[in-house]
Amino acid sequence: MTSRTIATARGASVRVFEAGSGAPLIFLHGAGGLFADNPFLDRLAERYHVFAPELPGYGESTGDALLEDMLDFALHGWDVVTALGLTKPHLMGHSMGGMIAAEMACIAPHDLAKLVLVSSAGLWIPEYPIPDIFSFLPHEFAQYLFVDRAQGEAVLTGGLDLNNPDALAQFYIANSRRLSMASKILFPIPNRRLSKRLYRLTAPTLIVWGRQDRLIPPVYAERFRTLIPHAELIYVDQAAHMVPYEQPTEFVAAVSHFLG
Amino acid sequence: MKFTWFNLMPWPYLPDDFREKYRSVWVDIPNTLYDPKKGHYVYHEYMDQLEYAESLGYDGIGCNEHHQNGYGLMPSPNIIAAGLARRTSKAAIAVIGNSIALYNPPIRVAEEFAMLDVISGGRLLAGFPVGTSMDTNYCYGQIPGLTRDKYAEAHDLIMRAWQSDEPFAFDGKYNQLRYVNIWPKPIQQPHPPIYIPGGGSIETWDFCVEHDYNYSYLSFTGYLRGKKLLDGYWERVAKYGKDESPYRAAFAQTICVAETDQEAEKLYAEHVSYFYNRCLHIYGGFADAPGYRTIKTLQANILNALSADVQKLFPTLTWKQLLDEGYVIAGSPETVRQRMEELIKGLRVGHIFCLIHVGNMPDWKTRYSTKLFAEKVMPHLRNMWPEWKDDNRWWCKPMDERLHPEEGVEKARQDGRIPL
Repeated sequence: MTSRTIATARGASVRVFEAGSGAPLIFLHGAGGLFADNPFLDRLAERYHVFAPELPGYGESTGDALLEDMLDFALHGWDVVTALGLTKPHLMGHSMGGMIAAEMACIAPHDLAKLVLVSSAGLWIPEYPIPDIFSFLPHEFAQYLFVDRAQGEAVLTGGLDLNNPDALAQFYIANSRRLSMASKILFPIPNRRLSKRLYRLTAPTLIVWGRQDRLIPPVYAERFRTLIPHAELIYVDQAAHMVPYEQPTEFVAAVSHFLG
Repeated sequence: MKFTWFNLMPWPYLPDDFREKYRSVWVDIPNTLYDPKKGHYVYHEYMDQLEYAESLGYDGIGCNEHHQNGYGLMPSPNIIAAGLARRTSKAAIAVIGNSIALYNPPIRVAEEFAMLDVISGGRLLAGFPVGTSMDTNYCYGQIPGLTRDKYAEAHDLIMRAWQSDEPFAFDGKYNQLRYVNIWPKPIQQPHPPIYIPGGGSIETWDFCVEHDYNYSYLSFTGYLRGKKLLDGYWERVAKYGKDESPYRAAFAQTICVAETDQEAEKLYAEHVSYFYNRCLHIYGGFADAPGYRTIKTLQANILNALSADVQKLFPTLTWKQLLDEGYVIAGSPETVRQRMEELIKGLRVGHIFCLIHVGNMPDWKTRYSTKLFAEKVMPHLRNMWPEWKDDNRWWCKPMDERLHPEEGVEKARQDGRIPL
């Protein structure tokens, strides 16, 4: 993928990864950001024109302070679409990115083609509280996010040696910056009342969920489907929260089938 | 020098295997470990000790705010302060302080602090901590990345509320109020002295210097860390071209006094150990929510005082290490005097918050240590900053004709102190 930096009308500076050609597909990353390798995006780029913007506070994107609440985040998403000069793109969001994509679609339901929500945040069911990622120690993430914990460690650290104090400090600072941004819509409870707005969705919607998701368990997939009656729900086996990274082949096949 | 006797109000009945059995003394500590009937006596014992400290000549008596915390039983320090304000009349009432980002709306703090200042006859020292990440983010649900912004707005609102003579409208990001109009207003004008307890954020230095607020830090993690933070603060003071009055800074120090050094270890070591091993047993994941400290602070490598690394250190500390590295100042009056002198000069502080009750220390030991410090140490330290002896900018200015606990309002009326 290539990358370039664009400026939004609000004043944020956003690095966008881009590849492929065809119908435009925007991918919004989760609270952990994009990783060093995102093989599912490469594969999707074989059929679509994929854009993966980094949220301010992530990677090289800046303007963190410009975004403070859910409305800011959702409008920022549309600002990016505008800055890229796209009309009616497909929106696909993973986890926190799903929450943002869903909010974007609720605000402007006729401005997108199709919506894909992957292990999406945004709802809260009191009987099934989502673990508090903001109190996780670095070594605790993998077990919630991946079926294969070793794979999780490798993806999450991007090959960094966390026994090296400098690498650890760098990781710590970058992680703090990312999650500080995420905290604005996810802390202390990842619920900004999306459930009240989902009735507005008109675009065809696909919900994709890992059967073994321990962070946002599958009961949330069912709740999304209840709240978005026209949505289609697909479970992926041998996948937890990081479905696109854990089962890229099955994931890309399902998404491609849906988007057409 | 000014000495304020502080009680953190720890729960003294944490079990011996607390560290092994539970992950944190803070945030998610099982509240089945709290016994309200025992708590009744604990509060009264601790408040009696604070009153006792006044009777021994301590300049101030202090309390602070923590939530869901096994070593700090004061979710509302103002309630403790209100009790103290009625039963004392000489000592400053140091509330260090109210975490102003947590109050909705924050004029609640302006109101309650004004009440305390009025009830105490102008003896309030008003603390405005950002609050620890445990308190602010995990217990009170504030968004880490916005906590400092909300704090700044709360500060501006409170200060303006105290000083305005007319109702005003406040259009804040976090608070919108059509009529801000404080009743009562504080006795101390334009406002009570402001104390900012620092947790290790470099932004706090500039904030204190810009507003001429007192900056304070504490000794839990040793003298060297305290020195690093105070040095950073004094550098900023110099850079702003402000005077170097030691009263710009305060330091909270754990102090244990006995007749001899040996007796100090014998009497107090177990309680200090209780404090470090149980009271400071905090789950690493609660120490520092992402965004609670700014990237600037993280890059300056000022590690959080209660981070996981420091946590690992606590149970390994021996009595000797605790003393050598300045976590605790303990020993005979002479030993304590020497160490206190080094501390006061080394950090350049005019205020000491004396942490003399430690962990599960029983009442008699607390009073013994408190009395020895007051009688055999304090007098020798009084005049350490002779060139600044008249600098009262960071001390309360009580009204002369205020009431004393032993007299009633009727007495004041007979004396003609009440204008009727």
